[in-house]
Amino acid sequence: MKLLVNGNHLQVPSNVFTIADVITHFFKHDPIVIVEHNGIILEKNNHPKQIVADGDKIELVEFVGGG
Amino acid sequence: MNDRYSRQILFSPIGQEGQEKLAEKHVLMIGAGALGTGNAEILVRSGVGKITIVDRDYVEWSNLQRQQLYTESDANNRMPKVIAAKSRLEEINQDVQIEAKIIDVTPLEMGQLIDGVDLIIDATDNFDIRLIINDISQKYRIPWIYGAVVASYGISYTILPNETPCLHCLLQQVPMGGMTCDTAGVISPVVQMVVAHQSAEALKILTDNQEALRKRLISFDLWTNQQASIDVSTFKNTSCLSCGEAPTYPHLSYESQTKTAVLCGRDTVQIRPTSAGKRDLQTIAARLSNTGKVEQNSFLLSFTSEPHRLVMFHDGRVLVHGTSDVTEAKSLYYRYFG
Ligand SMILES: [Zn+2]
Repeated sequence: MKLLVNGNHLQVPSNVFTIADVITHFFKHDPIVIVEHNGIILEKNNHPKQIVADGDKIELVEFVGGG
Repeated sequence: MNDRYSRQILFSPIGQEGQEKLAEKHVLMIGAGALGTGNAEILVRSGVGKITIVDRDYVEWSNLQRQQLYTESDANNRMPKVIAAKSRLEEINQDVQIEAKIIDVTPLEMGQLIDGVDLIIDATDNFDIRLIINDISQKYRIPWIYGAVVASYGISYTILPNETPCLHCLLQQVPMGGMTCDTAGVISPVVQMVVAHQSAEALKILTDNQEALRKRLISFDLWTNQQASIDVSTFKNTSCLSCGEAPTYPHLSYESQTKTAVLCGRDTVQIRPTSAGKRDLQTIAARLSNTGKVEQNSFLLSFTSEPHRLVMFHDGRVLVHGTSDVTEAKSLYYRYFG
């Protein structure tokens, strides 16, 4: 499956079904992240329920602390 | 009268009127590292009235790659950052009033620093202090501009009391640390990109051009060439304890502060973090492995970067060995554990 993530077309493996899987796939650690899925902002508790499909547009913004 | 500000006045959204407004404004800069020096230089050159710069650290060689106000002699002399910054900024523009404070900011100090301030710029390196800034901003109705960097990644958001969600609304949890510029590194261009976003938003606020504010959470990675921009207005939570209908400003209370204690005669400071919860020592060890010597057993992680050794337990408590200076210990703690 291919997803449009932060403006880049990226291939994800077949074990990625939900937004939570997308997050696990792209981050090694457990990030604090805000997700927009096809233009809709998701509440954090919906990340494991929200199913992704080929061609979906996803924006991921991770909160970091450095400065 | 010279034409120092002529190009900025020619820029019509600012103009002569905006320039005069700017000269009457007071900005509080929390942090004088990469983001702090970049933002301060732009605002001082722009002709802001006054800047108060606050930082607890001194200049080190590892700062010079990206912290633009500092020189080799500042690093050799271990100059306090705010003193070195003030002296350089006064060379740049003597009309701007620069106040330098060498302190480790707590809610008590923030309550004093905030007097007369029009805008707070976040140039800090950890979420504990950002949540204090967030509560102070809500309590005194002063906007603040969040900015952060790590590696080639940057993020920024402008928080306006009564209008936008606050940092507490956006995070929905208290972060338990993460990657830092001292563990994952950082490149200078991403600092400049965040500085550009923060200082542009600052100029809009300080010249009363609020309608031009970006109003979106943005992030970018200058190495992987990704960027995101999200309208987060739906995150504003009416029951938020920082910005909701019945705020308690939880991060200003004593209970929520990072607790430190000097362990007498052991040259050690204990730090008890604000965020409760079991730490994943395995992940933290992996993150630190490039930075110094990491040893681990089932109870704790020990990290050595001479002359200091930091020991973290599962509950997040950290012993900083090799110092009895609380400020230095906190500085090391945030540097390595985020
Ligand atoms: Zn809030």
